[in-house]
Amino acid sequence: MTDASIPHTPARVSLIAPDERTRKRNAAERRFRAYGLAAVGVGLLALVVLMASILGNGLSAFRQTYVTIEATLDPAILDPKGQRNPDDLAKVSTIGYGRQIDAAVSAAVARAGIPTDGLTDKQMSGILSKEAPAQLRNKVLADPSLIGQTVPLRMLANGRVDGFFKGRVSLASAELDSNTSPEQLELAGAMRAAGLMEVGFNLGFITWPDASELRPEAAGLGVAMLGSAYMMIIVLVLALPLGVAASIYLQEFAPRNRWTDLIEVNIANLAAVPSIVYGILGLAIFINFAGLPQSAPVVGGLILTLMTLPTIIIATRASLDAVPPSIRDAALGVGASKMQSVFHHVLPLALPGIMTGTIIGMARALGETAPLLLIGMVAFVRDYPAAPPEGFFDPASALPVQVYQWTQRADPAFVERASGAIIVLLVVLMLMNTAAIILRRRFERRW
Amino acid sequence: MNDMRISERTVDTTKAKIAARKVQVHYGANHALKDVDVDILDKTVTAFIGPSGCGKSTFLRCLNRMNDTIPGCKVTGKITLDAEDIYDPKVDPVQLRAKVGMVFQKPNPFPKSIYDNVAYGPKIHGLTRNKAELDEVVETSLRRAALWGEVKDRLSSPGTGLSGGQQQRLCIARAIATSPEVLLMDEPCSALDPIATAQVEELIDELRSQFSVVIVTHSMQQAARVSQKTAFFHLGYLVEYGETGHIFTNPSDPRTESYISGRIG
Repeated sequence: MTDASIPHTPARVSLIAPDERTRKRNAAERRFRAYGLAAVGVGLLALVVLMASILGNGLSAFRQTYVTIEATLDPAILDPKGQRNPDDLAKVSTIGYGRQIDAAVSAAVARAGIPTDGLTDKQMSGILSKEAPAQLRNKVLADPSLIGQTVPLRMLANGRVDGFFKGRVSLASAELDSNTSPEQLELAGAMRAAGLMEVGFNLGFITWPDASELRPEAAGLGVAMLGSAYMMIIVLVLALPLGVAASIYLQEFAPRNRWTDLIEVNIANLAAVPSIVYGILGLAIFINFAGLPQSAPVVGGLILTLMTLPTIIIATRASLDAVPPSIRDAALGVGASKMQSVFHHVLPLALPGIMTGTIIGMARALGETAPLLLIGMVAFVRDYPAAPPEGFFDPASALPVQVYQWTQRADPAFVERASGAIIVLLVVLMLMNTAAIILRRRFERRW
Repeated sequence: MNDMRISERTVDTTKAKIAARKVQVHYGANHALKDVDVDILDKTVTAFIGPSGCGKSTFLRCLNRMNDTIPGCKVTGKITLDAEDIYDPKVDPVQLRAKVGMVFQKPNPFPKSIYDNVAYGPKIHGLTRNKAELDEVVETSLRRAALWGEVKDRLSSPGTGLSGGQQQRLCIARAIATSPEVLLMDEPCSALDPIATAQVEELIDELRSQFSVVIVTHSMQQAARVSQKTAFFHLGYLVEYGETGHIFTNPSDPRTESYISGRIG
């Protein structure tokens, strides 16, 4: 075409021996792959360290030391009037039951022939949890016919004794400890050898409510799990319909103008608002203004709904957007109305994406702590909330808040409890994410 | 098959099914269609030809108001179907689209079973009273779309699992299941291979006995093969409209002649 001569003819490049340029290019590619591998490796390593640390600390929370002894329930102390009248029985405090247990422990130790080294009955029963008398009292109040009988009792051992068997407490550390003496630990060891004590699965960790600072062995996640479950129900019931309806309107029906643009930008911004801000908002609106109770799952659920809504709206809009326009054309072309085309064709195709977005939003809400601290869900709650819907207004705790609370306590036994609670939380989150993946696989359709 | 075969020009009727007068279409500031006047006859295949971007698809989408779904699109002028103005504010576009069916460029079956694809239109318009009637409509539509023999044993398998040509015939069956009066086809063969194209073209010729068919095509051979009337669009104007034989052998406008002989477009 042109007369301009080519300035220079490039030397012929061999295909076998790569030239300088090719070598550099290949080296750059290899370097980039190495960076990528290193990044993935660091991530995996961090995950392994995290899991090892949590599992190492927390798995022992699922095992607990129990004392199994026989106790004769003395009617003279437990029911001085002998009427088996529930009102009279209820007047006997845990002190009375504590004496029964003191006697039972020393009797059992004597029967097993274990030398007591001059320990008093009181000191001997000190290897039991401070929760034990209350447990025995509840048992008797539930079944007064036990009074006067000799019944087998399976009671919690003291947290220090439990720690001794789990390797957290040693004889040397007990020397410095005002709560437990080395002699008591030696007695516990001997009792375990004699079969009076055993370490077994700790169902109570899942079902019991939280316990006070002095009884880590009795602390459980029951109230926290119920509270979290109630909040998730509220989030699901409120956020899913609201979010899906809002996204369908915005994506399919709303005109594109300045107002919808503004709404869109704000939804994106809301998704990035720090969760503690939602907590302050909830405190101001739901508790101070609307007068809803503190520490209640209903308030936590409402706040988490507000937090989850933007996530659900964004995910739903993205999956509606991903449905090919040809499907809408096809539906409109055969005379379907706009709404029929959306509900018969577009929405079913977008459903897997919507469900995934919802579950991931809920998983995030489940792990949220900060806003719950502000609305008083950090309170120490011993009573299980009632069944819904009344239970939504009862005080409750939540899983992540329970973790936060336990990490603040002084007794090292709570480290194990907190890690155990993290394991429970992670297992629930993993189940939710697995459900998201399975639902997506099952409902995914190609077009 | 002779590609330039001019199909039988037996226009049975001179009755105008659709009449367009002074139709203007604006996409925002873009004036896409200018002063289009055309009478589309009943029981006739009318082909719209012209270079890309000339407005032929836009005009086709005016005929069943599919342009309503495009933001910023404004249609003025008058289009009547059987002397009723389809842009009258009282007209429900949903009712209109049941009368004026449409087949799209790319086969777009619903990701549902073959049966549900065809049955969807009759279902939402309440055209059948019971399952037996619906079955009959589905069978008739598939037979008319020349697909029955290939799919009668797998009506419950997904429509998206068919081949491209079968999918397009399924879309035609879906469009005719609502018993429309006019069938609009927007380049229905552009995604198909020659064999499937031949099948669809044969089908179009048969459909002419019941409907008025309007087809947009990029292939002048196709227009020549299937249509009785041809309209040539260029730069938003309807340049020439007449008997297909006349347009292809003796065009009166120099632009039509240039396009047909391959000098423009």
